[in-house]
Amino acid sequence: MNEIWAGIVEAFRLIITLDRDLFEITLRSLQVSMSALVIACIFALPFGTWLAIRRFRFRRLTIATLNALMGLPPVVVGLIVYLLLSRSGPFGVLGLLFTPTAMIIAQVIIITPLIASLTHQAMRELWAEYHDLLISLNTTSRQRILTLIWDGRRALLTGALAGFGRAIGEVGAIMIVGGNIDHATRVLTTAIALETGKGDFALALGLGFVLIALALLVNFAIHTLSRTEQEGTW
Amino acid sequence: MVAGINLVALRAVCVKRRSKLILGPVSLDLKGSGLTIVLGPNGAGKTTFLKVLHGIERISSGSVQWSMAERSVRRTQSYVFQRPVMLRRTVRQNLAYPMKLLGQQASKIDEHVIYWANQIGLTEMLNSPATRLSGGEKQKLALGRALIRKPKILFLDEPCANLDGRSTREIETLLLSANSSGTRIIMATHDLGQSRRLATDVVFLLNGQVHEQGPAEDILCSPQTSEAKAFLKGEIVE
Repeated sequence: MNEIWAGIVEAFRLIITLDRDLFEITLRSLQVSMSALVIACIFALPFGTWLAIRRFRFRRLTIATLNALMGLPPVVVGLIVYLLLSRSGPFGVLGLLFTPTAMIIAQVIIITPLIASLTHQAMRELWAEYHDLLISLNTTSRQRILTLIWDGRRALLTGALAGFGRAIGEVGAIMIVGGNIDHATRVLTTAIALETGKGDFALALGLGFVLIALALLVNFAIHTLSRTEQEGTW
Repeated sequence: MVAGINLVALRAVCVKRRSKLILGPVSLDLKGSGLTIVLGPNGAGKTTFLKVLHGIERISSGSVQWSMAERSVRRTQSYVFQRPVMLRRTVRQNLAYPMKLLGQQASKIDEHVIYWANQIGLTEMLNSPATRLSGGEKQKLALGRALIRKPKILFLDEPCANLDGRSTREIETLLLSANSSGTRIIMATHDLGQSRRLATDVVFLLNGQVHEQGPAEDILCSPQTSEAKAFLKGEIVE
């Protein structure tokens, strides 16, 4: 109990004293996770929507695979990305290993299936509602996808936030491909893992509280900006 | 389109779902002008018939031959569904949607939206979410959204089902106005009163088959088949 209390005190101390390291780590966490989220959304939202409106031969298999990939073990993803980006790997020449870019790549791979699968589920219902109208209006696939994404944006927000939650809280993959290098690739989760290993539970808890606060803040900010509750019926 | 010239010809059209015959075999010709009422009890195949004509229902056999080029057929048609589909947008955006799809200029879209909002009596509600409208208002919006594209052919599937007398009258006025402006209307209903008020010709469907087809006066005043006679008397026909 004392350690939790000490963690809360430490979190406040770090925030109130505008601790430089904390802000650097927090900003990097945000930068990596938000970049991964934006990139994943660019792929996952149209793909999930396309999957909802298109009938093709291996559709069921594709959906089943996508759902299975939602539970992709981050450590395995980290290992594969590590092997691909290591000097002896096919992309070693790019020199991306142990950089924030490598961390973003790993997070994109982890959260894209999650966002695509949630998008598919949300869009499937909306497509059932819009199907007759959009077919009748002789819309192209592109027009259908854009219409569904725009009209279903609030449902998609939930998927995107789930992706962000998974990305910001992820530790296994980014530890492997980022290396937890101070002032270079250290983020909140890897810093917590490090401080716990060192036995500095107060600091680890403090960072943990900051991480939770950050996740909540981003959720509230996105909900407020997108006015989710104000246009209730949609 | 020229009055009297055939608009569309159906030849031995059948629609099957899971081996069950839903419609057909249907063979008939529809002329290029007027207001056709597709009459029949529930489950007669009226909706399937309209969807086949509109090209959104796949036929199992037979052929549908339009007098115009295949490519332009769907572009010149609009369809109003029995249960109006509202985009999760405002009334204004719902009206603008078909024109945006056609890549029209914003100023032209605004001009048309305001005109049609006025026609359907929803000017005051332009910025309201379409999903919050009443049943009658939704149906009028769906009709406005269909007419804003200035379709040559308009399909309506029981547009006044579950509407009160006032809303029905408003919709019928819009339909007659569109028809007199040159829009060919093909409408499914089981409302005999509405058929008498609107129809220039009638197709009577029962169990997926055309039992009678011809000018409204002939069919509605002196039907030839016993089924049509019974239906027009208000008896239950199966």
